[in-house]
Amino acid sequence: MLIRSSTANPILPSEITSEALFQSRRDWLKTAMAVGGVAALPALSACSVEAQGVKLAGVKANPLYLVNDEKLNKADEFKNYCNFYEFGTDKSDPPVMAKSLKTRPWTIAVEGEVLKPQVFDIDALYKLAPLEERVYRFRCVEAWSMVVPWVGFSLAELIKKVEPKGNAKFVEFVTLADKSQMPGLRSSVLDWPYVEGLRMDEAMNPLTLLTVGAFGEMLAPQNGAPVRLVVPWKYGFKSGKSIVKIRFVEKEPKTAWVKSGPEEYGFYSNVNPMVDHPRWSQASERRIGEFSKRKTLMFNGYADQVASMYAGMDLKKFF
Amino acid sequence: MSVLAKSFRTPSSQFVQRVKWLLIALALLPFFRLALGAPLGWLGVNPIEFITRSTGTWTIVSLVVTLSITPLRRVLNWPWLVRLRRTAGLITFFYAFLHFMTWLWLDRFFDWNEIVKDIVKRPFITVGFAAFILLIPLAITSNNASIKKLGAATWQNLHKLVYAIAVLATLHFVWLARRNPNEPYIYAAIFALLLGARVYWKYLAKNQKNR
Repeated sequence: MLIRSSTANPILPSEITSEALFQSRRDWLKTAMAVGGVAALPALSACSVEAQGVKLAGVKANPLYLVNDEKLNKADEFKNYCNFYEFGTDKSDPPVMAKSLKTRPWTIAVEGEVLKPQVFDIDALYKLAPLEERVYRFRCVEAWSMVVPWVGFSLAELIKKVEPKGNAKFVEFVTLADKSQMPGLRSSVLDWPYVEGLRMDEAMNPLTLLTVGAFGEMLAPQNGAPVRLVVPWKYGFKSGKSIVKIRFVEKEPKTAWVKSGPEEYGFYSNVNPMVDHPRWSQASERRIGEFSKRKTLMFNGYADQVASMYAGMDLKKFF
Repeated sequence: MSVLAKSFRTPSSQFVQRVKWLLIALALLPFFRLALGAPLGWLGVNPIEFITRSTGTWTIVSLVVTLSITPLRRVLNWPWLVRLRRTAGLITFFYAFLHFMTWLWLDRFFDWNEIVKDIVKRPFITVGFAAFILLIPLAITSNNASIKKLGAATWQNLHKLVYAIAVLATLHFVWLARRNPNEPYIYAAIFALLLGARVYWKYLAKNQKNR
């Protein structure tokens, strides 16, 4: 008998229950049984309904982008541990404060040095290119990391649609700064709105992902809903959240963290174990969920795909 | 003076002893939260970061309590408060030690190369490390036998190191949280007030003598 796996609806890496989660569910059930905790079941299901995001339909796993031999983080870890200063500077702030973020209606204006400037509605953006699931390492400048199954498509797909002119050398990403929704904007910790940027070749690199989901669901507000960037070979802050504007420009954009501390945060901010942050070493990182630290990989493990873009550059100078 | 006020001014030594144990019990609550929370998963998805921050916070809070005792004693006119001062100091050392060990073990995994590099290269670690080293002689001599051995005057002078420790600990926190120093500035303000009060009172006393 011929057994064929269905290629139409393959199982996504994010759908496979991790062994740890499987075990913890079993352990939980055992405990629940042991304490006669059947009464606790309705409470549990209510809680998991609330934590559940909106499933994204028609997502296909892209087998070119997997992180082999490294376990996926749990969606729960991903949703409860993130930096989003617009909602407060503590990592426990965004999951609570971002709950009320309005993600519909939402538009992204694409403008600047392009032949076809346009405003995309978020729902139209979903259909711009097929949604893929890609598993990337995500390394924060604060020396922690996760492995996340993102959903989106290469930013290059959008860039091709707007036809950049020859003088478009950089791409600037402007994220939402709405005082009525974002209590963190009262703080002057950064110069709002949060602006990030990439060089044109970095923006066109197939790894650079315009992201609308994670773990098979639409992005949660605290993770940058409804649309964010993911640039896996750079520190996480380069991957702007809740983007409202993409501008093609001639000069290197003045980005939020560079403005805040140019001696600590560079425009490139490529993951580099050899270039320390002034206040801490970047040689190793704590993978969320692990006890020991891991050695940080050059370009976060994506050297094969990106190192050539920086050939001949002094990465200590252009950090 | 009311009876109540009087009993607060000169309480029985049994009462002071009870307050001391209450202080110790309260001071250990954060420690038990960490000790139980680590295995039970109360500390969030990055428990080691939580422990690092929590032990640091409680070190500086304990230091605030320690340095508040002398001014409070004067303002409230409760001389017996001084008998809690060494206890508060030892609690400070307890949390500083946990904070230091968290760094040494859970952050650096006893990689001495990395540890020395951190101390030399990173100013916030340099001052934090210095503050911890200075705490050690104070913790060792926080007992009656040491006061007897050193003599009250020498002991008093030695324990003035706590002012340097407060400055170093504040710098440690301010420099660590460079980009968002709101919280450390609150502690800086409290320490400025506590140390300023001492300078002011010293100045008053000097003026009175001269008159």
